[in-house]
Amino acid sequence: MEQVLRQAYAFVFRDYHLTRRYMSWVVVFTFYAVVNSATIAFIGVAAKDRRLTLTLLVGVMLWGFLSVLFNEIANSISYERWEGTLEYTFMAPVSRLIHLLGVSLYAAAYSIVRMFVVLVGLWLLIDLNLGGANLAGFAVVLAVSSLAFIGLGLMAAVLPVVSPERGAEATNIFQGILLLVSGVYYPVEVLPRWLQPLAYVSPATYALRACRKLMGIEGTGEVAQLRGAPLAAVLPELLILLGMGVVMIPLGLFVFGRVEGWAKRTGKLKRTG
Amino acid sequence: MTHPGISVLNLQKYFSKRKGVLRTRGTTMHALRDVSFEVALGETYGLLGPNGSGKSTLIRVLSTLLVPDGGEVRLLGHRLPGEERLVRQKIGRVSVDAAFYKKLSARENLLYSAYLYGLEARAAERRALEILEQLGLEGERFTDPLEEMSRGMQQKVAITRALLVNPPLLLLDEPTTGLDPKSKRDVQTFLENLRRTEGTTILLTSHDMAETERLCARIGFLAKGRLTAEGTAAELKRQAGAASLDDAFIALAGERLEEEGDAEKGAPDKVAPGEVETGGAAADKSSADEADEAAPALTE
Repeated sequence: MEQVLRQAYAFVFRDYHLTRRYMSWVVVFTFYAVVNSATIAFIGVAAKDRRLTLTLLVGVMLWGFLSVLFNEIANSISYERWEGTLEYTFMAPVSRLIHLLGVSLYAAAYSIVRMFVVLVGLWLLIDLNLGGANLAGFAVVLAVSSLAFIGLGLMAAVLPVVSPERGAEATNIFQGILLLVSGVYYPVEVLPRWLQPLAYVSPATYALRACRKLMGIEGTGEVAQLRGAPLAAVLPELLILLGMGVVMIPLGLFVFGRVEGWAKRTGKLKRTG
Repeated sequence: MTHPGISVLNLQKYFSKRKGVLRTRGTTMHALRDVSFEVALGETYGLLGPNGSGKSTLIRVLSTLLVPDGGEVRLLGHRLPGEERLVRQKIGRVSVDAAFYKKLSARENLLYSAYLYGLEARAAERRALEILEQLGLEGERFTDPLEEMSRGMQQKVAITRALLVNPPLLLLDEPTTGLDPKSKRDVQTFLENLRRTEGTTILLTSHDMAETERLCARIGFLAKGRLTAEGTAAELKRQAGAASLDDAFIALAGERLEEEGDAEKGAPDKVAPGEVETGGAAADKSSADEADEAAPALTE
């Protein structure tokens, strides 16, 4: 057991030190995230519409968290290919479950810290009165929706194994589609009818809907005082998200294992870049 | 029950690629054809061959990174494919290109590797420093980022990584290519000591005749994916009626080592869709870093 924990920790250790070594870029990207979030939220402020401001804020915060989580996992393999270390990781006596668990643990921790930094930045720029919102429930939704996004990340992580160059491109396309269809900044009903079914298979749709209920900003009309819904009110969304996580994580591991086997038969693991 | 360190019987590995959308055309590259050899426990065995001869493909198969298409492979008694997990616990590999996270320090890279193998950090750090000292790398460079180290230093860190777990089997793919004479000698002396003190079984691929003659009890000549001859250096020279190992290689493998695979340049095997053909040359290689891997040059 101790050995397995050390193996999972290997990825946390590696990713922590890589973050440390690239700290100036982390600062730049986080600064950009704060500014990007604020500019989106200011659209609501300019319209003097508190509901719109908070709707946009929930969208930008939740999407920021989930997309970073997804990206960190999805890009972990392409980064290893780029550095040429993938073969060494794959020939170590560590199971893929432990490997990807370690990567996901660090990705989750990094995403949480980054989200708090962005939140603090927003606090300085925008009048954020969240009194009355169910913030504990918000945290529960984040945790549950993370499972589904970890599963999606695992499936996307396999793309650079299939095609080192095209894989990273496909990951960005996939992420873009999620952003488009999940109702991050607008209700999914404004999408073309033919696109709307995709919203129902995106975990972000349910996470956003749940968070907006917990903030008390679902529906229309003036929002004077936030009255966040209790956690029980978002049980349907939580169950769907949990179900997606339960399906997507094992599916992601399965897909990864199959593609790894294929790459070892066809010689695709070799260093590129 | 005793078993050889490495046992390879009729090993086959080929790579295929399809081109075109409507009228697909398949090409098949045979990287290894019916390769058979054994390495005794505690023996150092050398594989000599030009670029594109299949040396790195063979090392990758033994490292569990490629699945063979035919034949039998056993490492320390464990079968491949099938017992990858057991094999991975017992092998160390050094490749021609020292692949690391270049922004991380030697210490961070080595500790990451140690954790991957489930080692305790303090013990691993102690062992890493011991090995680096034996290889002639000063301890103060331990915390320097790899990107600030010379290729020779990086290669010494790569050898340290392979030896952290003290593996009974070491797979060395041109470990001294590109090193200066002093670093080369440090590595060679270290490998001699390692075999003597730890009884490590070593498979060494190289272009360097002198190095192979110095380190290896037996040597195999690999050309176009085939093992064309094997024996001690003296036996190979006698068999070829040659004065040097270089001349013996030309006589027995039918090509020069130093021509970087020029003799192998030519079209891959062309086969019709769905067919697999068993003749043809190995891949042409343009980069020394990618030496000997027939497939990716064609597939990427």
